[in-house]
Amino acid sequence: MMYRLPLGQWVNHGVEWLLKNFGTAFDAFTNSVTNITDSIRDGVGLLPWFMIILIFALLAFRAKGWRLALGTTVGLFIIYNLQLWSPFLDTLILVLIASSVSLVIGIPLGILAARSNHFHKVLSPVLDFMQTMPSFVYLIPALMFFNLGTVSAVFATVIFSMPPVIRLTDLGIRQVPKDLIEVGEAFGSSSGQMLWKIQLPLALPTIMAGINQTMMLSLSMVVISAMIGAQGLGAGVLAGISQMDIGKGFEYGLAVVILAVILDRLSQGVIRNSRTTNKK
Amino acid sequence: MGVKIEVKNLVKIFSSQPQKALHLLDKGFSKEHILTETGLTVGVNNVSFTVNEGEVFVVMGLSGSGKSTILRCLNRLIEPSSGAVIIDGIDITKLKTQELRQVRQTKLAMVFQQFALLPHRTVLQNTVYGLEVHGVSKAEREKRALERLAMVGLAGWEHSYPDELSGGMKQRVGLARALTNDPDILLMDEAFSALDPLIREEMQDELLNLQEKMNKTIVFITHDLNEALKIGDRIAFIRDGSLVQVGTPEEIIRDPADDYVAKFARGVDRTKILTLKDVMKRPHPIVQLRDGPHVALQVMKEHGISSVFVVDRAKHLQGLITADLALEARKAGVVSLAQVKLLDVPVHNETVLVQDIFTVIAESKVPLAVIDEEQRLIGIIIRGSVLAALADTGGDVKDDVSSTIGTVG
Repeated sequence: MMYRLPLGQWVNHGVEWLLKNFGTAFDAFTNSVTNITDSIRDGVGLLPWFMIILIFALLAFRAKGWRLALGTTVGLFIIYNLQLWSPFLDTLILVLIASSVSLVIGIPLGILAARSNHFHKVLSPVLDFMQTMPSFVYLIPALMFFNLGTVSAVFATVIFSMPPVIRLTDLGIRQVPKDLIEVGEAFGSSSGQMLWKIQLPLALPTIMAGINQTMMLSLSMVVISAMIGAQGLGAGVLAGISQMDIGKGFEYGLAVVILAVILDRLSQGVIRNSRTTNKK
Repeated sequence: MGVKIEVKNLVKIFSSQPQKALHLLDKGFSKEHILTETGLTVGVNNVSFTVNEGEVFVVMGLSGSGKSTILRCLNRLIEPSSGAVIIDGIDITKLKTQELRQVRQTKLAMVFQQFALLPHRTVLQNTVYGLEVHGVSKAEREKRALERLAMVGLAGWEHSYPDELSGGMKQRVGLARALTNDPDILLMDEAFSALDPLIREEMQDELLNLQEKMNKTIVFITHDLNEALKIGDRIAFIRDGSLVQVGTPEEIIRDPADDYVAKFARGVDRTKILTLKDVMKRPHPIVQLRDGPHVALQVMKEHGISSVFVVDRAKHLQGLITADLALEARKAGVVSLAQVKLLDVPVHNETVLVQDIFTVIAESKVPLAVIDEEQRLIGIIIRGSVLAALADTGGDVKDDVSSTIGTVG
């Protein structure tokens, strides 16, 4: 019989080793992050529901105009009316936290990848791996390191949603026309000046597209991470499935769709604005 | 006029490991041989030249000849593989990054073929870019940029964005951006090639005007010989990465170093470089002031012409005498042409460009007189000789004029 690589065993051993040596560190990390996310959630929870709808409507108006503002108001009101407001807020905050973390890590990585061909070559297969590995697989180590709950959900979501913003930041900077880079060099720019004055402004539309992608992936993963104890709309969908309650599943699912559409249109509006503010 | 830029044995081989190819090049192997041997392309092959201070130095060649590579070696946008680029006595190929940046900020500025304006910045913000990275205060850099924008005729456009401007205006911004740094040296990479012919001419004139005021050292890349001849004090011809000929426009046209240059020279609008000296004929026949009307009539009869130029002993032009005038003088018994009221003829200096007095030549009923700096008659211009020179048939322009002058008057 052919020798079988004990790959699964190695991974298990690795995770066990990490847990044995750094278990307390993971726990401390988990607790402090949980505290932070909980207090954010509590803070937002203090705002009355109509205030939140109003804030979204204003953002929508600024991003794209009154039609999106109207649609946003109606959509959010439906969620309130279905009495899904609290899980909606849970999911919203998880998405915002997870995508913020993704962007804070991902954009600098994208910049590095654009500036160093070596790093680009090393990073590419890692990103391919992150994107093609079935998303459920991330749930298991997340669960082992960070226990059930928010932190595991954020961890899995960050891993899953980071690649697009890295790739598109990289691409956006690499696509800056060669003669504009030459302008920067010919006038004696330092590499920091080149980045801030030429590369990033010109790559901005592409980077914004990456941010939009990352937010959308975050939302889909946040829903799935209900399986490892994340609060929110995903938990309701999961309950609907396990109880064979189609109506409940549909209501929660609809709320996810509404949130997705609102986040997508808002971030797209910001992309368009970033293009036109370039021009006045 | 001192030497501003000295390029010595410049070589560019497109590779991160050019040593082997450099070695073969040293041994005298050809570009083709090196390509087959090592697979490397020799972009610039052992080029040396000097650019004087305040000079417009044109580097001329077809696309792919390596002229843009040479330009980029001057500010190290492209790193030379070997050789030296000495600017004001400093070999810039030896500078460290920080020193190089300093030189780029203060001494060299570049104008690009496709304008290369930053689309997210206004005209003003584009123009201040060089000073901005140099760390000049906002008020100061904007003041200087506005001055330069006014100089290139763009006052009032400072808050527009590049996509609101026409091609010519964009390149004016490009020029203003380069000038705002107040560099000693302007590097212009086919700066006007992307413009419409009319706008291109306008920009060339504008550049020459600015150059008269500012007296920069300009290295100008082009593939258009007419442009090179118009703006260049000297022209360097590049072919396949090698320098073929360096010379003034005159020297290039008169005495092309090889077929490559000659081929270019053939396509030139010759009126732009020919002076009267090039197209004039020997002033023959002429009569002296001391001669009488008899002599004048005899000369006209001999050569079958109806008028003839009169000069004094020092060959200073006195005027023109026609057959009618001579006949009248003979009737009156005059013995010397000094006593005859001669016809005034227009005189032109030998250095005048043919294109500048084209219409005068075409409309003049009498031959035009050409004089040198001491006012001596050194030649005459008739329509036929101009046409012959333009056609460049190889016939002797300084032929005897008697056969054609008969038709004049």
